[in-house]
Amino acid sequence: MSILPQVAFILILGIAGFFLSKRIQFLRRNILLGKAETRNDQPENRWKAMFLVALGQQKMFIRLVPAFLHLLIYVGFLVINLEVLEFVLDGLLGTHRLFAPILGGLYTVAINVFEFLAVAVLVSCVAFLIRRNVMKVERFTKPELKGWAALDANLILVIEIILMFAILTMNATDQILASRGDAHYLVLGPLFFSSFLQPLFEGLSTGALVAIERFAWWFHIAGILAFAVYVTYSKHLHIFLAFPNTWYSNLKPKGEMINMPEVTQEVNMMLGIPTETPTDAPAEIGRFGAKDINDLSWVNVLNAYSCTECGRCSSECPANLTGKKLSPRKIMMDVRDRAEEVGKSLDAGGPGLGDGKALLGDYITKEEINACTSCNACVEACPINIDPLSIILQMRRYVAMEESGTPAQWNAMFQNMETSFSPWKFSPSDRFNWSEKLKEEEMK
Amino acid sequence: MSTYQVPTMAEMAANSQTPEVLFWVGCAGSFDERYKAVTQAFVKILNKVGVSFAVLGPEEACTGDPARRAGNEFLFQMQAVANIQVMNAYEVKKVVTACPHCFNTIKNEYPALGGNYEVIHHSEFLQQLINEGKVTLQGGGEFKGKKITFHDSCYLGRANGVYEAPREVIKALDVELVEMKRCRTKGLCCGAGGAQMFKEPEPGKKDINIERTEEALATGAQAIAVGCPFCLTMMTDGIKNKNKEAEVQVYDLAEIVAKDMGI
Repeated sequence: MSILPQVAFILILGIAGFFLSKRIQFLRRNILLGKAETRNDQPENRWKAMFLVALGQQKMFIRLVPAFLHLLIYVGFLVINLEVLEFVLDGLLGTHRLFAPILGGLYTVAINVFEFLAVAVLVSCVAFLIRRNVMKVERFTKPELKGWAALDANLILVIEIILMFAILTMNATDQILASRGDAHYLVLGPLFFSSFLQPLFEGLSTGALVAIERFAWWFHIAGILAFAVYVTYSKHLHIFLAFPNTWYSNLKPKGEMINMPEVTQEVNMMLGIPTETPTDAPAEIGRFGAKDINDLSWVNVLNAYSCTECGRCSSECPANLTGKKLSPRKIMMDVRDRAEEVGKSLDAGGPGLGDGKALLGDYITKEEINACTSCNACVEACPINIDPLSIILQMRRYVAMEESGTPAQWNAMFQNMETSFSPWKFSPSDRFNWSEKLKEEEMK
Repeated sequence: MSTYQVPTMAEMAANSQTPEVLFWVGCAGSFDERYKAVTQAFVKILNKVGVSFAVLGPEEACTGDPARRAGNEFLFQMQAVANIQVMNAYEVKKVVTACPHCFNTIKNEYPALGGNYEVIHHSEFLQQLINEGKVTLQGGGEFKGKKITFHDSCYLGRANGVYEAPREVIKALDVELVEMKRCRTKGLCCGAGGAQMFKEPEPGKKDINIERTEEALATGAQAIAVGCPFCLTMMTDGIKNKNKEAEVQVYDLAEIVAKDMGI
């Protein structure tokens, strides 16, 4: 027997592995463009968050219909990938259905389970295509989902449908060939779903069937490998990044804004409060707040690469709901797009972050960040614990402290607070006036 | 015959007394014409129950929350550090406040600046008083048998996970608690958080408080209960905008409890 297919297979595997590792390095470097932040505390709660939220899909189930369809695709993805193991071994060893003789009757059961899941994935993908393109569910029609984002979403669904068809076609033709006594093909027990496809192929010659079966096999495995590379360019990266993303969740109360110790130093000096004087020379004070991705934490950038643009955040955002420009999903997409732009520039020997552009201004406008009520609805809604609010608030810090560019009414509020210790312009000596009448009132 | 007492920390300290709890009044509680009634109602309850409390009075300053959310970290920390110095000087251990923004800031953000206190929101405090039998409710008073809906404040709910205490307080009255379509973790903001209270909204199709008011009106409730000064303003404005002032009132939880107690 020719070893040509084995050589071809190793070649395909090698090419996919090469591109995949290049892309992984690229993504890792881009994520680490963000500032260092240590989030390794409470490991038991981090594992718990990962198991419940990523593996267990806990937050998906707040919306039942998409959660159920998504679960079918998710379980299908996990389980059908077990079959890929056999594909890879068959490809490398030049065998066919390596596990069939080993597993015996169990193998037929396993293939039937795979076929069931393949059909479930197929149906779910069709349903998702309908939700996006026919029903036009509102969160899939927002302005940030035009162009590549919409194409990306549809491509993923179509590719998955085609890959599932390839499995079913392969099994159908495989079993017709086996029933014709072709020594290479093994007769399995009845395969429920692919048997419905058999009538399409029964009239074909054995040669044609072998060609179709082999084509489906190669198409499926090459398709999966190509899809794995494609995913690294796509919003679909959440299938991998949801896991680290939930592990690195913010475990503090959602209302807490992270402190800026570099400011505390100065405030203490101004108020004459003795501080533990930093013996080591203070690290070069960077920017206050965030203007570009390198001012954000690496977790913010990881969040951006993990986002699959489902839009649950924006559909719960009070600003977005009432027609303001702010969309938390767009904030995440902008961070990712900027990280990609900087990464590509660096790889091409270009200026990277010094390209004269910035996240704030070229991607995200002040009007967007000024519309946020910091209500945490977006953070609560995200099925994988992404935190758009953290990014918005860091940008507000940049605008206020580096540009003095906050809206005039906020500047007035700052002034009131500086002079009368209240956001409103009242005399501090009147602060206790509310008690005067009460102190004279007879207690009932 | 005695009158209501509003002791300050300074007065207490002068008499070598330490109150059990500091009532943090907040800027709205001190200055807002409408919201001062909430401060007064809560103080009446504290008096009636005999809680050992004091206020900072003129020594209180804004927690800095709106400055921080608007991006001005310097100003926030100036306010915060000054407040912490005052509170630490009085050796404050426990703080109760009716404002979820003050609550969140003192509870979650002051520790990083050296201010460590047990902080509770007045809804939790009221619930404790009811559970301990210190507040005996009379069965709803003017609210008896009426429908009340509760509007979740973001800084109480999602920010700090307090969803049930305010509802337990309402349920202790002889009233029907009805929920809005978006409640608890999905509660819709009134539109004032994140320093929005202090500026006009950005351009859009609608104001957030109108959206929320429509949702509250859809429940058919005769009263909207809130636990936040900003929510009180936003919801009251929303009701006015819809010309429903005659049918629907907006109250803070403390007012509802005080009314029921007949004080």
